[in-house]
Amino acid sequence: MAYPTEYRYTKEHEWIAADGRIGITDYAQSTLGDIVFVELPAVGAELNAGQSFGTVESVKAVSDLYSPVNGKVLEVNEALNSAPESVNADANGTWMIKAEFDASQLENLLTAEAYEKFVSEETGH
Amino acid sequence: MSDSGSVLRKTALNATHRALKAKMVDFGGWDMPVEYSGLIAEHMAVRTGVGLFDVSHMGDIQLRGPGSLDAVQKLLMNDASKLQVGQAHYSAMLTPEGTFVDDVVLHKLSDNDYLIVINAGTREKDVQWVRKTIGMMPSIHINDYSDMYTQLAIQGPKAIDVLRKLTDVDLDSIKNYWFTWGKVCGLYNVLVARTGYTGEDGFEIYVPSDEATSTRVWNEVLEAGKEFGILPCGLGARNTLRLESAMALYGHEISDTINVFEAGLGRYCKLEKEADFVGKQALLAVQAAGGPKRKLVGLEMVDRGIARDGYPVFTLDGKEVGVVTSGSPSPFLKKNIALAYVPVELSAVDTELAVQVRSAMVKSKVVPLPFYKKPKKTT
Repeated sequence: MAYPTEYRYTKEHEWIAADGRIGITDYAQSTLGDIVFVELPAVGAELNAGQSFGTVESVKAVSDLYSPVNGKVLEVNEALNSAPESVNADANGTWMIKAEFDASQLENLLTAEAYEKFVSEETGH
Repeated sequence: MSDSGSVLRKTALNATHRALKAKMVDFGGWDMPVEYSGLIAEHMAVRTGVGLFDVSHMGDIQLRGPGSLDAVQKLLMNDASKLQVGQAHYSAMLTPEGTFVDDVVLHKLSDNDYLIVINAGTREKDVQWVRKTIGMMPSIHINDYSDMYTQLAIQGPKAIDVLRKLTDVDLDSIKNYWFTWGKVCGLYNVLVARTGYTGEDGFEIYVPSDEATSTRVWNEVLEAGKEFGILPCGLGARNTLRLESAMALYGHEISDTINVFEAGLGRYCKLEKEADFVGKQALLAVQAAGGPKRKLVGLEMVDRGIARDGYPVFTLDGKEVGVVTSGSPSPFLKKNIALAYVPVELSAVDTELAVQVRSAMVKSKVVPLPFYKKPKKTT
């Protein structure tokens, strides 16, 4: 699985780009399976690091989406309403929300390398 | 059971599933594949083509010897005297309260020789229940053959075409819920049953549970099914398929706190049969009291949201009245569906109810069951 080095990651399996785009990792989409529903906050909603900002549902499971940073929702990817499966097809390229946030917070998050190590420890392979 | 330790049980095909890169889960203490290529693809393969499931975690109890019919009649709610040799039917073991110990498929192998196929998670409990209920009857042999068979389910409209390539059995002559024995993949005397848990045509075969034989048969079925687009299917698709077909799952729609009439399974419960089967008196009392107070219904979500197992059900004016027992997106119908227990007076088709999905109340309506019915054959 590929984790772009220009992103930062959380232990809850979200990625965030420097421009504020937030999505879930390839590992997360693969674990969830066929994604059928993404529930996202309204534009302007407050984001708190480590707290849920929405949910993603596969056929068999519901999973919370956790914000990597404190900030505010600038934009919501409305295309996911009709095509949630694009998260499976391209987790790295499919953002869910765009956040307005203080970029210094990125320092607190995992690098691609650290995230990959975290995942391999979590799954034992 | 899983609570006795962390070691999961494995079927003979465990290494095969892992080699196919299946996602594995703990299901009732068993390390089982939940999906291989993807739940939706697997589900659709069964609805439109064919899929292959390892269901070896299911248990098999054989009752044999003089008096077995009487024992079965006491143990199970359906009327086994109606079965002919080579025929099977849906039935259940009940508690004295008329609730479920487990649901089963009973096969009549020959006179006074029966095979009861039981659920994985309830295997030990079931075997003990059978022994206790039948009691000391020296003429009856009760054998737990659960670990002796690898049970494979070949399901879907093309299942017959796949299996035909591997057997000399005349499959067309086996009616739904009948079975026979024959040569399959070079193995003699294989039980071939036209049964399943998907709401689709299909077969279940029982082969010896050694790893080499099990793996060979699994691979031969996949190879034979290639031209029909066969997919190995996991428990994820098995669950969505049975849900669309509104088939009960133990621990969800049926349990030891839910009685036969509530579950809508009265048609498999023969109160008129002579035998005083366990649970009969309680059910007669329920019937005399005017029937059950709550009922299993099908819900279709009207507004956006997916009902899940355990979510509470409300009236539109906010009174909590029931609970979802199974809920999921329906891959074939492309709707969000659920089974739920609600008061009988709210069970009519088109009744509007709300399901609490996290913090939101999501509107749904009662729809007829099953959600999906396989198309009639047009030959």
